Amino acid sequence: MSMLRIKGHGTHLMLPLSVLMILIVINLMKGADYFSITVINGALYGNIPNILFGAAELVIISIGMTLVTAASRGQDISVGVSGAITSAVFVQVVLNAGNSGPITWFTILTGFLASCLVGILIGAFNGSLVAIFKVQPMVATLILFTAGRSIAFLIDGKLSPVLANELISRIGGVIPGIPIQTPILLTGMFIIIMALVMKITNLKLYTEAVGINEGVARLNGINPILIKFTNYIILGVCTAVAGFIAVSKAGRHDSVNLLKFIEMDAILAVAIGGNALSGGTFSIAGSIIGAYTIEVLNRTLLRLEIGTETIKAFKAVFIIILMIIASPVIRTYTRKLVRRTRISPERTKEVSDAITK
Amino acid sequence: MQSEKILEMRGICKSFPGVMALHNVDFTLRKGEVHALMGENGAGKSTLVKIITGVYEKDAGTMSVEGKSVHFRSPEEAQNIGIGTVYQEISLCSNLSVAENMFIGRGHSSLVNWKRMNEQAAHLLNSLEIPARPTQELSSCSIAVQQMIAIARAVDMDCKILILDEPTSSLDEDEVIKLFKLMRELKSRGVGIIFITHFLDQVYEISDRITVLRNGNLIGEYEASSLSQLELVSKMMGKALDDVEHMEKPRIMKHEQDAPVFEAKSLRSVSDIQPFDFKIWKGEVNGFAGLLGSGRSESVRAIYAADKVTGGETMMNGKQVNIKEPIHAMKLGIGYLPEDRKGEGILADLSVSDNIILAFQVLKGFFKPLSKKQAEAFTREFIKKLSIKTPSPNTPMKSLSGGNQQKVILARWLLTHPQYLILDEPTRGIDVGTKVEIQKLVLQLAEEGVSVTFISSEIEEMLRTCSRLIVMRDRQIVGELTGTNVTQADVMHVIAGGGYEHA
Repeated sequence: MSMLRIKGHGTHLMLPLSVLMILIVINLMKGADYFSITVINGALYGNIPNILFGAAELVIISIGMTLVTAASRGQDISVGVSGAITSAVFVQVVLNAGNSGPITWFTILTGFLASCLVGILIGAFNGSLVAIFKVQPMVATLILFTAGRSIAFLIDGKLSPVLANELISRIGGVIPGIPIQTPILLTGMFIIIMALVMKITNLKLYTEAVGINEGVARLNGINPILIKFTNYIILGVCTAVAGFIAVSKAGRHDSVNLLKFIEMDAILAVAIGGNALSGGTFSIAGSIIGAYTIEVLNRTLLRLEIGTETIKAFKAVFIIILMIIASPVIRTYTRKLVRRTRISPERTKEVSDAITK
Repeated sequence: MQSEKILEMRGICKSFPGVMALHNVDFTLRKGEVHALMGENGAGKSTLVKIITGVYEKDAGTMSVEGKSVHFRSPEEAQNIGIGTVYQEISLCSNLSVAENMFIGRGHSSLVNWKRMNEQAAHLLNSLEIPARPTQELSSCSIAVQQMIAIARAVDMDCKILILDEPTSSLDEDEVIKLFKLMRELKSRGVGIIFITHFLDQVYEISDRITVLRNGNLIGEYEASSLSQLELVSKMMGKALDDVEHMEKPRIMKHEQDAPVFEAKSLRSVSDIQPFDFKIWKGEVNGFAGLLGSGRSESVRAIYAADKVTGGETMMNGKQVNIKEPIHAMKLGIGYLPEDRKGEGILADLSVSDNIILAFQVLKGFFKPLSKKQAEAFTREFIKKLSIKTPSPNTPMKSLSGGNQQKVILARWLLTHPQYLILDEPTRGIDVGTKVEIQKLVLQLAEEGVSVTFISSEIEEMLRTCSRLIVMRDRQIVGELTGTNVTQADVMHVIAGGGYEHA
C-alpha cells in the first residue's frame, strides 16, 4: 500500500479505517473465531480470505473509478456493463478455441488480452464523449449502461454459456500448490501494477491538476482532454480484468447478472475512501480500503443473520450514518468539540500563540 | 424636472472581513441623466451597485428613492421599487424566445397568455427600436441585441433607475452606437441610468455626470463637460497631475544588436484586441500600461497562447515559431504568471511542492516524474530563495496568503529557467513588502539576461521596473514610452488620448 504513495498524512484514511475497525469489532462480538483460518486442500479459507476473494472485482474497478472521478469530476456508471461485455468476448474466444482443440493457458491469455482490448475500446468511447464532447460523465456512460447488457447477450449468442474447464476454475478458485485463492493474487498483482504506473508516470499529478482546475492545468502545459481520456482507458482495462475474474469465479457468463450494480458499490468505495466525488485530489489506497470495507459490511450483515431480502435496507442505513459522520458539517463540529474539550480557557492564549508561531 | 433627484445616498459604509469596501460615500442620481460611475478595480463600484440593487446590505448611511427612505434586504425589494440592473454577462435564458425572456418570472398568475405576451413584447421592442421578433429564440440574436432585450426587460418592470454594468465590453462599435441610442431614448423618458464602463471615450459620449471612487472613498461628482479626460484618469489613479514626482530612473537595458528574444507581428487572439506588433530583447523589462480593460492582459495572453491565437506571426530569437497552446510557449522558454491568481494560477488543493514543480515537471515529461526527494529539494531551494512563508513543502496551497501564493507561482516559472517571463499583475492584492521584493526580483532576473514583460495597475511600479512602456487604450496600442525620464504624467497623457509620444 505504501507504494501507492498515500497522500497527505493518512488523514483521508481515518474514515475508512475506523469503519473497518468498527465492523471487525462487531464481527468479533458475534463470534471470537472471526479471524480463524482453515486449510482445505492446501488453500486457506475463512472470513478474511473470503473477504479478499469476494472483493476482488470491486477493488479493481474502484481503482479505475477513483482516477476517472478525480480527472473528470464525475462517475462512470457503465463499469458493470462494461465488465459483462469484455468477459463475454473472453468467453467467446475461449469457447471458439475449445471447439478446435484443448484449452491452454495460451488460449486464456489470448482471450484475456482480447477482453482488455474491448475494455480499452469501451474506455475510449466513454472517454471521448466526456473529454472531447464534454458530455457529463454520468450521462455519457448512461448510454452503455442502458445498451450494454444487450450487447453482452448478443456476443454470448445463447443464454449463459458455460465455461466448464479446469484452467478457468483454477483462475476463479485455487491453483494447486498455491495456498491463496487466485482472485486474491490477481487483485494483489493489479494493485502492484497500478502502484508502479503511479510511480513511473506523472499520472497522479496531471490527473489532480486537471480535476482541480482544467484551466490551470492547460496553462502549465497539460492537455486536459488527453488526461481524462487516458483515465477512462485505464478504467476500461480495470473493468476487463474485473470481468475476467468474475466470469472465472462463476464458471459461466450470465450477461444479465454478472457484475450487476457494481458501479454503485465502486462509487461508494471511492467516497468511503475519502475522495471527493467532485474530483481533484485522490487517494487510491483510500478507495481500496473503501472497497474492502463494503465487502466486510456485506458479509457482516450476512453473519448477523439478517435476511437476504432486508439486507439492502440495513446496508443503506449503515451508509447513511457513515456519510453523515463523514460530512463536512459534522467534521467541523467534532473538530471544534475536540478543541474545546482539550484546551482549558486559561491555556487558550498560550496555545494559539504557539500555533501562530 | 431635469434636476429632480431620483436616488440619493449619503454616508454609505460597507465593510467585509478585513476590508473597508466603501467609506462614507455619497451618490446622487437625477431623473433623466446618464451618470457614469468610475474607478479602477477594487475602487468600490460594484459594492455600491450591489447596495443599490439590494444584493448587499449597507453597514451605515441613508438611501432614498424619490425622496422616500428605503432599506433593501433583498434584490426583489429593489426590483419592486423600480431598480433594474443589466450585468456584463447576460443573465437571460438563451433557449427561450425573446418574449419569454422579457416576461418570464413576472406574471402573477401561473397561466401564460401567450398571445398577449407576444403582443406586449412586440410593442415594447418596437417602441425601443430593438431589432428582434418576440417569438425568435434569444440565442439567434446578436450579443448586442440580447443586451438590449435585457435592458428592455428591466425597463418594462416600471424601471426608474437602470444600472448598466459594463454593458459594452462585448459589443463592437456599431452595436455600441445602437445601445447608446437606446440609452438616450430611455433618458428622454426620465429614467436615471447608472453607467459603469472602462472605456473612457464612451463615458464622455453619453454621460451627463461622473462620480469617481477610489479605494472605497468618494473622490467627487463632476459634470462630464467640465472634467477633462486627463483629469478623470488622474482622479481615478489618485495622482493629481501637479503632484506627480519624477520616479527613480528606470534601468536601461542595452539592446543587443541581434534579433529580439521574442517578436510578434500583427498577433491576434479570440479576445477582441486589435492585432498588435511586439518585441522584447534579451534582458529587457518592458510592460503594457493602460487602464484595466484596455487589453493589456489580453495582449500577453495572446503571446502565451492562453487565449486561442487566430492570426499573426511569432518569432523567437529570429526564428519563426508556432505557438498554438501554452505548452508550445513553455517549450520555447516562455513563462506566464496569469492575472487571476486564484482562478488560473494556483492549484489550491495541491501542496506547495506540487505547485512549484508543476511546470518544470510537465516540461520534463509524463514518464519522468521527479523523485520525492528532488521535488522537495527544489521546493526548499525556492522557499528559501523567495522567502516563501509556509509551514512545510507539503502544506496545501490554499492555506497560504496571497503574497506567498504569488511567490510560489513565480518559483514555478523560475524553476523552468525561462528566457522570457510574462508577469501579469504579479503584485496585485499582496502586501507592500512582497511587492517590493517582486520588483527587485524582476530587475535581478533582467540582469541575469531574462527578458520580462511586467504588467501592473500601479504605474509607479512599472516606471520603476520597465525600460519601455507600451501604452494601450480601448484594446489597442496607442503609444510607446522609452527613456529614462518617463513620468507618470507622460503615461497618463497617452492613456487619456493625448497621443503623446516620447522618443
